[in-house]
Amino acid sequence: MNLSLLFGALVLGLLTGGVYGVMASGLALTFGVMRIINVGHAALVITGAFISYEVFRHLHLDPFAGLVITMPLMFLIGVVLEVLFIRPLKTDREELSVLVTWALALALEGVLGYFFGTDLVQTTVSYGNSTFVVGGVHIADVYIYGFLLAIAAMAALAALLYRTNLGAAIRATMLNRQAAQLIGIDVERVSAISFGIGAALAGVGGTVYGIVNAFNPDSHYDLIGHLLVIVVLGGVGSMRGAFLAALLIICIQDITQVMISPDWADLSFFVVLTIMLVVRPQGFFGVRVREAT
Amino acid sequence: MTGSRPGWAKLRGCVVALAFCLAFPTLFPGSGVLNIALLTLMYVALASSWNILGGFAGYISLGVSAFFGIGAYSMGLILEHLIHMSGGYGPFALVPLAGLIAAVVAIPLGWVALRTRHAVFATATIAIMFVFQLLATNLSGITGGSAGLGYPVPTWTGDFYDKPFYYAMLVVAVVGVIIAWMVRRSGVGLGLLAIRDDEDKAEAIGVPTWSYKLVAFVLSAFVAGMVGAVYGYYTTYIYPQFVIDPLISIGAALMAFLGGSGTLVGPVLGALILEPAQLELGFHVNGQIYLILYGAVFLFVILLMPRGIVPSVGALIDSRRARRRGAPLAAPPPTQQPPTAEAVAR
Repeated sequence: MNLSLLFGALVLGLLTGGVYGVMASGLALTFGVMRIINVGHAALVITGAFISYEVFRHLHLDPFAGLVITMPLMFLIGVVLEVLFIRPLKTDREELSVLVTWALALALEGVLGYFFGTDLVQTTVSYGNSTFVVGGVHIADVYIYGFLLAIAAMAALAALLYRTNLGAAIRATMLNRQAAQLIGIDVERVSAISFGIGAALAGVGGTVYGIVNAFNPDSHYDLIGHLLVIVVLGGVGSMRGAFLAALLIICIQDITQVMISPDWADLSFFVVLTIMLVVRPQGFFGVRVREAT
Repeated sequence: MTGSRPGWAKLRGCVVALAFCLAFPTLFPGSGVLNIALLTLMYVALASSWNILGGFAGYISLGVSAFFGIGAYSMGLILEHLIHMSGGYGPFALVPLAGLIAAVVAIPLGWVALRTRHAVFATATIAIMFVFQLLATNLSGITGGSAGLGYPVPTWTGDFYDKPFYYAMLVVAVVGVIIAWMVRRSGVGLGLLAIRDDEDKAEAIGVPTWSYKLVAFVLSAFVAGMVGAVYGYYTTYIYPQFVIDPLISIGAALMAFLGGSGTLVGPVLGALILEPAQLELGFHVNGQIYLILYGAVFLFVILLMPRGIVPSVGALIDSRRARRRGAPLAAPPPTQQPPTAEAVAR
């Protein structure tokens, strides 16, 4: 067994996992606050990738700097989608939201295809080709930048949640929506903002995704399975869990890729999920709660 | 039900509908029309089978196409490796077997997935679908991978081509609806409705929730597997991304919701409305616009009619009738709502 190759895969896995962690924590946030699973989250990631691609192409802004445009725009898109399509769901919210967000994913895919076409594109930055070598595995510098960005985004999210009034309101809503309402928190507003933050995080993930991968509007199918599995593994609603689960599972995937075969790398995801559902259905950080009625 | 008259009316309706379906290929012999009718029947079966778990028990599965694909692939593989049959009427005999294989595969999958509830269950079923898509692609030595898997080519051609498949699909659709009907009338159906209302309470009063859910999951997979097998033979060539397609799962769920999930007629009605509309739309607009419109219809249905057509219209008719009689507009009779366990128990 080639140990250095294994080490290289591990490093790559951690770096990529960070980016997936950001996407997944956005998904976990919206679940935690609103009790909905946003199946359209991956479509939002791809939307973010397209926006950052266009910003890069037309404004000649470095995609990382372009986040000052991408993130607010994604936030806005998230808020609008929440107000229009999630807020009206009154009954059976958790179940119906899966269907509604699937529909959103399809519609977003259609809209992106209409405006940008279905050809594969990639945000090709000038420093995209420089690499370094760890244990015989060539890793692009971009992965390091992506990982640093991911850490920064997670730190910002933590600061927002634990150091601001808005963050306190969000956490209160996650704990108990009804009680939060009773103490005067506008939970509808908190929901819209949380969905916006989730979309903005998707935009961060999408920016890096678009630099590292070629993508087109239907790339979200490749992503959503992975993101959902990560969130379920971490324990739905737990952002910390989602981030750690992403690191773990992307490492497992990359190790499978170099040790067994790239074809089976994706399957390792689902094997881990199955084991998890059998052993601990609530995920790493989830708690089994009886639905309050 | 008061007396036997509504029962007779229903039976008469079923007989008329069935006679119409049987005569359909003679009335509208065009191959294009028959193709649409066939695919519509396919979704009648899929939506009805989805309804057994998704509608009655409220467990939304988005993994229907996994079992659809298992059915299609197991029939194709049996024909390729085990029983060498020339393309005739023979392969139709294998359809129930394909359904059975899908059902057997569903047992361990359901055992794992049904440990979760609500959104996590939906997620698990999406994962199941992706796993089988991946398996069908990666096990290329057996399944042919992304190059696809061929079926024997039927011996009949021309305008007659669709007819045998139409009748095969009709049989599967009728079986699907009958299974849903039998489940609904049985104790299992009652238990499933109780699960939808409040699973913890249902468990507390002694409903064997675990086995009921598994039965529903497996029955639903059985029907989906049969549908997949007929579809595979019809297209004579199957690819992983087209038979294990997320849009098939979504379509089944959407049609059930449009018609009224949890009712027996709802999924059938939803499929009858939506599938022809979709196919017609697909002819006229390009892929992107199609996706946008599809998403829009979906959103429209769920946001404006979360209960579906059958319950909404039922409630409307009831309130009209009540007004005509001069009765107070109090709660509509329970039979017209999506039936709850409580209502049935009464």
